Amino acid sequence: MAFEGLGERLQATMDRIKSKGKVSESDIKVMMREVRLALLEADVNFKVVKQFINQVKERALGSDVMQSLTPGQQVIKIVKEELTDLMGGDNQKINLSQKPPTVIMMVGLQGAGKTTTAGKLALHLRKNYNKKPLLVAGDIYRPAAIDQLETVGRQIDVPVFALGDQVKPQQIVTEALDHARAEHQDTVIIDTAGRLHIDEGLMNELKDIKEIAKPDEIMLVVDSMTGQDAVNVAESFNDMLDITGVTLTKLDGDTRGGAALSIRSVTDKPIKFAGMSEKMDGLETFHPDRMAQRILGMGDVLSIIEKAQATVDEDEQKVLQQKIKDQSFTLDDFLEQMDQVKNLGPLDDLLKMMPGANKIKGLDKMQMSGNEIDHVQAIIRSMTMDERENPSKINASRKKRIARGSGRTLQEVNRLLKQFNEMKKMMKQMTSQKGKKKNPFGNMGLPF
Amino acid sequence: MSFLKRLKDRFQPSREKEAAGKSVEEQNEKLDDGLISIEEFEEWEQEQIGYKFKAGLEKSREKFQNEINELMARYRTVDEDFFEALEEVLIGADVGFNTVMELTDELRHVAKVENITESRDLKETIVEKMVEIYERNDDLPETVNIQEDDLTVILVVGVNGVGKTTSIGKLAYKYKQEGKNVMLAAGDTFRAGAINQLKVWGSRVDVDVISQSEGSDPAAVMFDAINAAKKRGTDVLICDTAGRLQNKGNLMNELSKMKNVIQKTVPDAPHESLLVLDATTGQNALSQAKAFKEVTDVSGIVLTKLDGTAKGGIVLAIRNELGIPVKFVGLGEQLDDLQEFSAENYVYGLFADMISNAEELDDSGGDDV
Repeated sequence: MAFEGLGERLQATMDRIKSKGKVSESDIKVMMREVRLALLEADVNFKVVKQFINQVKERALGSDVMQSLTPGQQVIKIVKEELTDLMGGDNQKINLSQKPPTVIMMVGLQGAGKTTTAGKLALHLRKNYNKKPLLVAGDIYRPAAIDQLETVGRQIDVPVFALGDQVKPQQIVTEALDHARAEHQDTVIIDTAGRLHIDEGLMNELKDIKEIAKPDEIMLVVDSMTGQDAVNVAESFNDMLDITGVTLTKLDGDTRGGAALSIRSVTDKPIKFAGMSEKMDGLETFHPDRMAQRILGMGDVLSIIEKAQATVDEDEQKVLQQKIKDQSFTLDDFLEQMDQVKNLGPLDDLLKMMPGANKIKGLDKMQMSGNEIDHVQAIIRSMTMDERENPSKINASRKKRIARGSGRTLQEVNRLLKQFNEMKKMMKQMTSQKGKKKNPFGNMGLPF
Repeated sequence: MSFLKRLKDRFQPSREKEAAGKSVEEQNEKLDDGLISIEEFEEWEQEQIGYKFKAGLEKSREKFQNEINELMARYRTVDEDFFEALEEVLIGADVGFNTVMELTDELRHVAKVENITESRDLKETIVEKMVEIYERNDDLPETVNIQEDDLTVILVVGVNGVGKTTSIGKLAYKYKQEGKNVMLAAGDTFRAGAINQLKVWGSRVDVDVISQSEGSDPAAVMFDAINAAKKRGTDVLICDTAGRLQNKGNLMNELSKMKNVIQKTVPDAPHESLLVLDATTGQNALSQAKAFKEVTDVSGIVLTKLDGTAKGGIVLAIRNELGIPVKFVGLGEQLDDLQEFSAENYVYGLFADMISNAEELDDSGGDDV
């Protein structure tokens, strides 16, 4: 089940064609088949694929692909451009009302992640927009749904308005809005029950709520793993409610997320957020261009860099760079570095975003739980300050003590010291090279 | 059309008599006269299940057949365009990507070797190949492994939001109805409100729920539950687990720890490891099945939300590519909407009209030019 990226697919095709020297129209046809298969494999709806392929084909036939020395690359370029275009270019922000309260309505199928996303959104709005959100428990059908929202509310310290499961959602929303005005809550996020897009009764209930609440944002929450049916779901919700935005959830899984493209192309509504974890801060703004690359199996380098930049303190970085220059980098600094790496989140998350990572066999089975970092940190913490400054002092008996203190083996202590020395050597070389390129990972060399 | 005849004969016994045209009401009336024999009642009950099953899959079936028929009408000759359109129909039904490619490649080969040029002549082969795929893993045990006179442990796993807890509620109801002593274990200690959700189901169905507080170690909950089940002489213990994405190594390890804890007390447990899959999921369903199979040795699949979609083709793919049988399907939101799945009925349902159509064609002698 190894997913092949479009790149490899086209490459393989090109290798077959290459011997002929020139690319013909029928070769383009073969390449288009590869593009088609790559998109279908990524769960993009087949109708959308068809439309898309016609567009790409037209451009490919008309342009310089046929004369190009690297037609495969050219095709990828066109596909990527068209795909990004279709995905809607830039990220779009959430709609906020000038006149409070801003009302946001969460809708979607069962199990898409509406309640979790409602909580994440509340936290996002408070953190980034300084809003005072109120969560409204409008799911009276699923057992303990209200309970779930209340727990979420407690976790992020956001008030939850609930009237139990015996009151109609329409009534709940009406009272919630009054309550929000009275309590000066400037943002109201309404959680609704999950429903099938074919369930007329429940869809009408949503229409009623829309009528009552006049939401500024109707957010359709869709599971990114959805297959061909994503088109129908998005289309029916959009027809019924005229949605204003989409949140794709569970994107931290290993799905290629072709649903994103399907939804975008049938509704023409922007995808605004991506749900990235079960934790409440796991909501990220959606970047269409990066999603385009993911669908094509090209990884997401930009997101990694951004993540690194967000967690690594710039001032600390400057101090650190100075230290590297002066060659006064100690094991203590190293300890700090590792804390920053840990803040980046689970390492397997990072690896997943790397291009080509999906090709490495056995990566999914690899244990990247950050335990090794913990072990290294334990070893350093078992050293005295003096030893951390001057590792050369650490003799055999000190090593034994450190190993005992950290609960690791003597070999591990040895390995760490050896690697640290090599790292310092490398730093020396780096600083002696003039005009070197700035590399965001340059000072993150890890000894494992 | 000998193959279709064979197929029809094979599925004939399982075909509900005349049930297709009748509504539930009509069938209810039949019960109301109060004069039916036990056999008649059993037959009626069988029809009810068949009806529900049919109604739930009606959408899948109709759509699939219409599309195949349309395809035949639109592409009279067998060429690359025809095959692409066929691929689209199959992928549109969420039959897995690899399975579709395998299928169409085989069909391309057949068309070439047997020199078939009219799409109509390929119809039989399409059905034949699909049934072949279905039959390839014919020896898969489709029945649920319930221990007679001893504790049966069912572990329920899956990614987030597929309907694990709801399916457990329905399963509990089913076994309770069968006169079994059922207990539930609230192993989802992570998601907000999950424990309460299971408790609500527990009181609805009237079965015991063993739980600890939110955030506690799920393996500890399993330990408690399995010991309580043994002590109280429970027949069926159904263990809920937190939803987890299959690429999260740590969470998958937690699952194997839970399994180990269960096995310490009951060595041959879990007797069933059921993976819950959302029928609307695309290719990722295969990745899920594969990952969970590695950790908990999944013995069967519960396919939920099958009523809402025109999909379900993934059943074929999972069977073909992973050899895991679908044991239950969720066809609605009612307590009794979880049905034991019969792959035979499903495949028959999928091709029922195509088979009769083909026969009509056969009868008319194919007299067009």
